[in-house]
Amino acid sequence: MHARAELFALLRRFFAERSVLEVDPPLLAKTSVTDPYIESVKAQMGGESSYLQTSPEFFMKRMLASGLGDIYCLAKAFRDAEQGARHNPEFTLLEWYRVGWDEFQLMQEIETLIATVFNKFHQSAINTERLSYHDCFVQALQLDPHSASLESLQAMAVSQGYAKWSNETRANCLDLLFSEIIEPKLPSGLVTVYDYPACQSALAQTYTDKHGRQVSRRFEVFLNCVELANGYFELTDAQQQRQRFTADINYRSQANKPVMEIDAKLDQAMRAGLPSSSGVALGVDRLLMQLCGLNSIEEVLAFPWSRC
Amino acid sequence: MGNYSTNEFRSGLKVMLDGDPCSILDNEFVKPGKGQAFNRVKLRNLKTGRVLEKTFKSGESIEAADVMDSEMQYLYEDGDFWYFMEPNTFEQHQATETAVGDARLWLSEQDVCVVTLYNGSPLSVTPPNHVELEIVETDPGLRGDTAQGGNKPAKLVTGATVKVPLFLNEGEVVKVDTRTGEYQGRVKD
Repeated sequence: MHARAELFALLRRFFAERSVLEVDPPLLAKTSVTDPYIESVKAQMGGESSYLQTSPEFFMKRMLASGLGDIYCLAKAFRDAEQGARHNPEFTLLEWYRVGWDEFQLMQEIETLIATVFNKFHQSAINTERLSYHDCFVQALQLDPHSASLESLQAMAVSQGYAKWSNETRANCLDLLFSEIIEPKLPSGLVTVYDYPACQSALAQTYTDKHGRQVSRRFEVFLNCVELANGYFELTDAQQQRQRFTADINYRSQANKPVMEIDAKLDQAMRAGLPSSSGVALGVDRLLMQLCGLNSIEEVLAFPWSRC
Repeated sequence: MGNYSTNEFRSGLKVMLDGDPCSILDNEFVKPGKGQAFNRVKLRNLKTGRVLEKTFKSGESIEAADVMDSEMQYLYEDGDFWYFMEPNTFEQHQATETAVGDARLWLSEQDVCVVTLYNGSPLSVTPPNHVELEIVETDPGLRGDTAQGGNKPAKLVTGATVKVPLFLNEGEVVKVDTRTGEYQGRVKD
């Protein structure tokens, strides 16, 4: 608990020194994300359905559209049925946005942030590396994740011993191979993986790289092989964003998952104009686990879900 | 038997995998931030004893195995089978050599063991953690050598060979930990 308080203070000081404004968006709202694999906890509010937020992203984007500038939020987020050694359904998320920055500038800042807190806890520097998603796959599996056919990804999943993955989607095959084969073998220390496949863009912009591949301007940060943060050069095109949400919603209804609606207020804000910006969300409990050398998220929570 | 969904997985649960009964040893929830969740599960194949790892998509179900542990008394063996009795119902079960496995090196008549039943017949036998057995064959004891370390092999009445201290003689009874096969002490009458 003392380490947690110290970490919170360090994080707040880091952003205060850089003139990033702390904001405090709602945790309970009438809508939530449409992500195919993120489930919101449902609540009742005056007889009406509402949701505990899975991240402060939509509210923060509405703040960005209103012209608030650089902002951060250190608060709780909720994801239904996520429980394990690295998951608790209620967890602490640090999310921030930098207006006018691209993803590489933000990668630099998150590396500095983690190196700073690591140094405060351990009085030592941390090994920092950057790898493209493509290079990770080529090194571990001799496979180009962007141009490989769906069939060859499915065959690779099956050949790695996951017999039942022969009918999975492109994004799921890539996630499985990344989590099972690549992630455990990442270099120790701080590793930032960038240029995610276009099929895993979520809310990031895409571009065509110098090899002519469609790549997403998304990155993830791993600390000692544990996924810690996920960032985007944010998609600002309201129409494209609406198309992605609609695709998510169609997927959800096909998979018999709870139906989620598009957040109309976010859509409105994006149509009014989201400034060019990059944003990232970092799991604070996982960072604390790593700083304290602990293997289970329960060890950094006063009251994990099993004891709530 | 019913099915178990991945969110019911916990260690000790008995499930069917590729036609063999398995016991779950460890269940790890894995979820890439934006991606499909899955469960990385470690299982022991109860027939072969081998430990394997499998990855299931979260929400997937697998068939439960009709596997049950029960305490039974060991009665006797007739060369082909080992016989065990349920103390409450007096029902007898015959176990094959494969099912009894290494447990046969430790079993004396009337010992109470844990017999694992699969579809009603014995799949494996776990002997009591500690057994007391007589030495039937060992080099003569060295009197007075009680303080020095050092040990020698001794064959026990059940056929097992364990390392015992030098001062012990044939006919004496020793206590052995069946999980490690180690000598624990001398049993005095």
